[in-house]
Amino acid sequence: MAQPNDRLYTKTHEWVLLAGGEATAGITQYAQEQLGDVVFVELPAPGKKVEKGAALGNIESVKAVSEVFAPVAGDVSATNGELESHPELVNQDPYGKGWLVRLKVAPGVADGLMDAAAYEKFLAEEGAH
Amino acid sequence: MSDTRTLRDREGLIFERSSAGRVGYQLPPLEVPQADPAATVPAGLLRGEIDGLPEVSEVDVMRHFTRLSKWNYSVDEGLYPLGSCTMKYNPRINEEVARLAGLAQLHPLQPEDQVQGALALMWQLEQALIAVTGMARVTLQPAAGAHGELTGMLMIRKALLARGERRRKVLIPDSAHGTNPASAVFAGFETVEIGSTPQGTLDLAAVARHLDGGDVAALMVTVPNTLGVFEPEIVKAAAMLHEKGAFLYMDGANLNAFVGIALPGKMGADALHINLHKTFSTPHGGGGPGAGPVAVSQTLAPYLPVPMVERVGEGYTLAYDRPGTIGKVRGFYGNFGMLVRALAYIRSLGRDGLKSMAEGAVLNANYLRKRLAADYHLQYDGPSLHEVVFDDSIQTAAGVKNIDIAKRLLDYGFHPPTMSFPLIVHGALMIEPTESEGIDELDAFVAAMKAIAREARETPDLVRGAPYSTPVQRLDEVRAARQPVLRWRRPGD
Repeated sequence: MAQPNDRLYTKTHEWVLLAGGEATAGITQYAQEQLGDVVFVELPAPGKKVEKGAALGNIESVKAVSEVFAPVAGDVSATNGELESHPELVNQDPYGKGWLVRLKVAPGVADGLMDAAAYEKFLAEEGAH
Repeated sequence: MSDTRTLRDREGLIFERSSAGRVGYQLPPLEVPQADPAATVPAGLLRGEIDGLPEVSEVDVMRHFTRLSKWNYSVDEGLYPLGSCTMKYNPRINEEVARLAGLAQLHPLQPEDQVQGALALMWQLEQALIAVTGMARVTLQPAAGAHGELTGMLMIRKALLARGERRRKVLIPDSAHGTNPASAVFAGFETVEIGSTPQGTLDLAAVARHLDGGDVAALMVTVPNTLGVFEPEIVKAAAMLHEKGAFLYMDGANLNAFVGIALPGKMGADALHINLHKTFSTPHGGGGPGAGPVAVSQTLAPYLPVPMVERVGEGYTLAYDRPGTIGKVRGFYGNFGMLVRALAYIRSLGRDGLKSMAEGAVLNANYLRKRLAADYHLQYDGPSLHEVVFDDSIQTAAGVKNIDIAKRLLDYGFHPPTMSFPLIVHGALMIEPTESEGIDELDAFVAAMKAIAREARETPDLVRGAPYSTPVQRLDEVRAARQPVLRWRRPGD
């Protein structure tokens, strides 16, 4: 499936959408498919500083618990509270209602991340399709 | 007419079988005047009536739990190929010995001169575990494998602190048991995941890279790893770690693959936990309790938990005077009954018997591997030891996943293998037959697995809808995880 063009992607299958000084992050369609049915999402407390690539939280599915990594560095400004009672949103709408965190970020934080076309190519090379 | 009966309809909970006024006991008439508890017991110590306890007769209780027990599946019933868990048969001689009154009825606070036999037994078990690991000393206290891991990592931390070092990082391969990172974090470390080589083994270059970066306290690695593959570079890895002042923690969960054949001490392990409930045949799997002794090198021996059993003249004593100790990690002396069973197993097999046990475990796993290789995909197809990790990638073409195969196996009368682990194999089916099985049972399992592979091709819906022959059919695992119901509530509560 096509990835949204408005955002950037990591090799660990997170996405980040930048708007001004704020970044919204989540996991990709491919990631949610691999995880299977999500049953619990553990997210950092707002105010927490995260480095790019550091553990941002955990997603628990019926199969396993997986770490989610911060696609960019920043300060956590909000988390998706809906996921507490509806973790299935990560499966149903990973690019929309299944977002995980919002971060306050500095300019240029997303340098080096892949755009949708590059991520598609990466998935193809990984043999994910 | 379709069968819509569910577990609840057929059996319910003991609470739901309650009938007001029904009792399961008869007391003789009182020989003394009845006292009012409120008049004799201080109010603060008096509890009120517990509301809602089931009121049932003895026969109600007996039948309810007997029926439940018949829905269970156990290693006494058939093959239990739960990979990584080593569900081997628990020989009855172990149980006989553990029930001897002189062992079973000991009190942990009895004076040492009354429990010399028990201390001798613990000392002998330590000596036996030293002999099969090549390590310096062994603590018998930890109550499970993960508890052993934590104990080992706490000793490593203490050894580093004794050198005035506060190293933070613990390297862990991506094929590891999930308990490894958990234990490292509980012991105050941060974990760094190391990728695996295309052969599924430890990536030595990645280990070297992180060691060069500094701050590495230890590497935690399972040998053979969770793919059942021996780590050919383990000796080299140990040397690299030691050169940088770091430790090698070996997860001994798979010791049954080479016990009596190779020595972790010679491989360079500094700490190694041994699951007595796996390799040494003590019961586990919902039944517990486990036992996870930790064997250590000379370097870590000063930090062992107290007490250690020591020999004094002709007798034995519990020695607490160990200035470097990490302290106690368990009430009293660990799960003593498990220690008794493990020693019984070791003594009944002997050195040669232990070696045959490991060879049998490896032979059986490789037999299944060979017989099923045309039906199920092997992501890592190099030589493997005591377990074999297939995946569902041949069957997913028809929409059949590992969970469907596992559920269908129930209809064929077998416990399913471990699923979706190790994490580096997508759709994993991890099979460990152990040495307990004879060729007939293995062939029956092969026939079932082959039949399911054929069904997955020809009638995939049949497999996807399994199981059909069990007390309950396919459960909604997602809903159970999202909305767990953990206790019974009376209707109307």
